[in-house]
Amino acid sequence: MVTAMLLGPAAAWLVVFLVLPFIAIIVFSFGERAPEGGYQPAFTLAQFANLGARAAAFANTLTLAPIGALACLLVAYPVAYYLAVKADPRHRMLLVSLVVVPFWTSMLVRTYAWMYLLGGRGIPHLLDLVGFSDVRLLNTPGAVLLGIVYGYLPLMILPIYVSLEKLDRRLLEASADLGAHPFSTFFGITVPLSLPGVMTGIALVTILLLGEYLIPQLLGGGKVFFIGNALVDLFLQSRNWPFGSAIAVTLVAVVVMVLLIAMRIAWRVAGTRQVDLM
Amino acid sequence: MANRHKENLPITAQGFMDEFMRLKRGSVTRRHFLTATGLGLATAVMSRVPGAISTPAYAEDLGSQMSIATWPNYHDPATFENFKAATGVAVEVNVFGSNEEMLAKLQAGATGWSLFVPTNYTIATYHKLGLIDELDLAKLPNFSAASENPRFTKEGQIDGKTYALPKNWGTTGFAVNTSKIKAPLTSWKDFFEIAQGEADGRAMVHDYQLTTIGSALVSLGLDFNSIKPEDLAKAEELLIKVKPHLFAINSDYQPAMRATDAWMTMCWTNDGAQLNRDIPEIHYILGKDGGEIWTDYYAIPKDAPNKAAGYALLNYLMDPKVAVKEHTANGAPTTDSRVLELLPKEIVSNKIVYPDEAALTPLEFGAAVTLTDPGRAELMARFKSA
Repeated sequence: MVTAMLLGPAAAWLVVFLVLPFIAIIVFSFGERAPEGGYQPAFTLAQFANLGARAAAFANTLTLAPIGALACLLVAYPVAYYLAVKADPRHRMLLVSLVVVPFWTSMLVRTYAWMYLLGGRGIPHLLDLVGFSDVRLLNTPGAVLLGIVYGYLPLMILPIYVSLEKLDRRLLEASADLGAHPFSTFFGITVPLSLPGVMTGIALVTILLLGEYLIPQLLGGGKVFFIGNALVDLFLQSRNWPFGSAIAVTLVAVVVMVLLIAMRIAWRVAGTRQVDLM
Repeated sequence: MANRHKENLPITAQGFMDEFMRLKRGSVTRRHFLTATGLGLATAVMSRVPGAISTPAYAEDLGSQMSIATWPNYHDPATFENFKAATGVAVEVNVFGSNEEMLAKLQAGATGWSLFVPTNYTIATYHKLGLIDELDLAKLPNFSAASENPRFTKEGQIDGKTYALPKNWGTTGFAVNTSKIKAPLTSWKDFFEIAQGEADGRAMVHDYQLTTIGSALVSLGLDFNSIKPEDLAKAEELLIKVKPHLFAINSDYQPAMRATDAWMTMCWTNDGAQLNRDIPEIHYILGKDGGEIWTDYYAIPKDAPNKAAGYALLNYLMDPKVAVKEHTANGAPTTDSRVLELLPKEIVSNKIVYPDEAALTPLEFGAAVTLTDPGRAELMARFKSA
């Protein structure tokens, strides 16, 4: 009884805001586009058969999401390592909170700031002053990648930080006592033990990136087309709700697959099933 | 204590009714009634507010809040402030990027809008879907059908009934920064050629199928509104060839043009006028091979939560003295000859806003079928994901 009362609000919230909309999306995905747009009831697999029409958007997303996650990892790991291992413990909490502070500002505002930094009056102007003329940064795939790394960095740093902080320092001392070079200690002990955090970070960032649409729109000039952008256009522009729903359902399936694969890898490298990805 | 908050009111409800009955019986003068009830003071205050006098007395309760769906940079912000001062109704402004987006929101329902600004080619669709009301012109005494140019009002009428009143008309041409691009441009054919040459990496097209595909069709000598698969295939070939040379596919082109990140963009009249006003070397050009002419209208959604305020605001906006400020602010041309007479000479003589009739001849109004054609939507998706 107590359990039911404790779980009740969360369960109701999930049913109303997650399960019911998802059922609606599944129903829509078997329907047809009404002549003036929107949805009309039908039972057809035509929407799923038509998925190939957004193959380019799926391909863009499925390449840029893992690349973005890896770029995030390359930047985040040294930061997390410094925070967890090297930083003065007295300042550690302050430094960790600094990682989170940017989240207090809307993602939209921060991405707009990058639009100005990368635009002709920003960094390219400064480069022009020192002799590099006509550098174009804004509306390139590089700008999108930069936006992704910037926007998702904290989500990569924090899980890696947590797993590095739990690291038993005596293992590192033992390794050093037994004559291991610091490099072998790092790659033989620190990295493997932090892998659950790394996998959590990669899974988190990849999954969120699969639904990203703001960064490609603002920093890619609308020329980089993610599945998120395809969804926005299908619901708000061409108003083909059934096709949009079919893509959304497919995207959910892809996310679940990514999660399962990431979990398998995490179990294998950690040698245990005691790894929480979420 | 419970009634204490009422002590600040000029009169109680009971007192008001008593005075009202005395007025009706003729036992007191109207002046006594207005003074005793506080209505006289209210009327006196109202009459000092600009614009309030020409609006009729509001018989209905307008509430305190309404919302309007419109386009970016499209109104004089003072208009809504003045409307609030005159009526007490605060106007929440929702800004949209495309007619499709507005339509999608209205189709989904519960938008909360009491007035919105659809473009000519969408009105038939809104009517067909039963999303808009026929307008009660008796509630809109400031509107004058006689002074409107029928070219820009006819799509607001369906089967002889008025569903929408015109806000302003305009064109879709392109803006060129002439300090950066030296080649003279006169047509959409030039636009797409220069985009791959002198303006490589500096040209923008709308994130909007109607104008982007339409202008590409025009540059190939085809019809702006074509939905023929063979025509669309040719437009697609051109657009995909041009895409690697574009700066962006985005309908919000003013920031990039002002920062000179972009040198050339597909552009609507009002943006062209605003850009040219602030940066004179940015010219606005109408394609001599064709392009779009349009009218934006005001309409009231069927499910508007505050229709009374929607009508009141629409009537307010139809007041030529109010409309003239709107046109001065947003730069788009008026459909109403009463407003034209009030506009300053430098606006009326501005060829961006009021082009010569000859420049308008090749232009076409967008068609309803163009907006909802699935073939065009798919083309746009392929163009953007290529």
